[in-house]
Amino acid sequence: MNLDAHAALLPKITEINQPYWDGCAEGELRLQTCTACGRHRFPDAPACPNCLSPHYSWQVVSGRGVLWSWIVMHQNYLPAFADELPYLVAFVRLDEGPYLISTLLDPPDELRCDQPVEVVFDRVGERALPKFRVIA
Amino acid sequence: MPNGPRDVAIVGVGQTDHGALYTKDSRRDAYGLAAEALRLALDDAGLLKDQIDGLICARVDYNRMADVAGLRTPRVVYGLEGSGRMSGVAVQHAVALIRGGAADTVALVYGNNGRSVKMRYGGEGGGPTVAYDAAYGMTSPGAYVSMMYQRYRDLYRAPEDALAPIAINNRRHASLNPVAVMRKEIDVEEYLASRFIAEPLRLFDYCIINDGGVALILTTAERARALPKTPVRVAATAASADLTNYYTSTDFFAAACQDVATRVYHESGLGPEQMDCLQIYDNFTPTVLFTLEGFGHAKRGEGWQWVREGRIGFDGERPINTAGGHTAESYMQGWAHHVEAVRQLRGEAGDRQVRGCVTAQYMCASPIVTSHVLVAENGN
Repeated sequence: MNLDAHAALLPKITEINQPYWDGCAEGELRLQTCTACGRHRFPDAPACPNCLSPHYSWQVVSGRGVLWSWIVMHQNYLPAFADELPYLVAFVRLDEGPYLISTLLDPPDELRCDQPVEVVFDRVGERALPKFRVIA
Repeated sequence: MPNGPRDVAIVGVGQTDHGALYTKDSRRDAYGLAAEALRLALDDAGLLKDQIDGLICARVDYNRMADVAGLRTPRVVYGLEGSGRMSGVAVQHAVALIRGGAADTVALVYGNNGRSVKMRYGGEGGGPTVAYDAAYGMTSPGAYVSMMYQRYRDLYRAPEDALAPIAINNRRHASLNPVAVMRKEIDVEEYLASRFIAEPLRLFDYCIINDGGVALILTTAERARALPKTPVRVAATAASADLTNYYTSTDFFAAACQDVATRVYHESGLGPEQMDCLQIYDNFTPTVLFTLEGFGHAKRGEGWQWVREGRIGFDGERPINTAGGHTAESYMQGWAHHVEAVRQLRGEAGDRQVRGCVTAQYMCASPIVTSHVLVAENGN
């Protein structure tokens, strides 16, 4: 993996998303959570998609979810991933509702949709990136 | 639905010779491609430029296009983004504008120089997850469709060659289409031997990237009857969105497709069995399965079997993408599918003509699902 190129691909840390990245660095998955109705959302957004409230806090979530689906990328799109080909990309539905794109660490040979997964944090330079491991 | 005074028909279609444009190191201007398509569509309709009072542009900017084409004083003019979902939306808007009386004759103009500018899709619209996705090497709509297909094949036990009939059908039809880009036929072995892009999708499951332009002209059915060619009446059109940060729809767009299907079948008084040909937005081959199932042509989970039984050829029982679709004719983001529907309904499709084609259905399963039912006014 070209670590410098990979680090350059990570989302910019902003005033708004800072708690998400702080959580990753501390080994916690934190999501923006609506103060009015409790809905979790990802990525950060200026209003709650359920009740439109602008008020939120960052809450630690379970880090558990299911593997909705996955692909194995063979095409060389991003130079940072050139020497990782082919690599797995996962689409995970968190138990709290939001979906996110990620990857699996040490995936088993046989994968199934809806397999339970749990978050793990992997360092990329000075930052940490949430990835998932199949459980059970 | 009985013909009303403001019924709408497609009266002109024009598109570039996509195959001839598919050359190395081309440097084409999207506005030039769109202008050529507009000229061809006007000739096809038997209309003059100054009879156009509505202009909707996609992938090209409306102001520049109006200037390039010398259409500087339309009553209605605007632009739509250059995404595939917008071709059906544009037609639907033209119908609404004409029915409502805001314009009488609307030109829809699309130009795409994707090959010349070495377009790489992915990250369009700059949605908020794009940067998060790229951190894991996730990029393009094809990879999102592949995610849906992985789940589809897991749920419905579709085999390794389940998508092959769709890719093969497109190439077969392209071989009969003089303007298609990929005219060489392929078989199952060649399909299975093609390399993976975003596994489980292979090269032959992907749309091509090419240069081209397409234009459509719509007017009232009443005006259409005075024009030389068989009018193609828009018997029904509807849309329904399923918008998230991702291209992935967790039900493969099924609920939105069903909503649109119910409305277009009701409005047209025609059901799926009565469609003589289907033009299906096929950015990637799995989209055809999601569409067939969502619109009630095949049962849920059975689309992959349905396409295997020889019925989707131009000479089959329910022909699909008779010009070759996005994987073989051209990637004109749904626009060329509309041209093909009109040509089939007029009996102008040459070697790939569907016999006795009187009805056609366009369908696009995407974050904005659209469909129209088109009917040849005089039969053919």
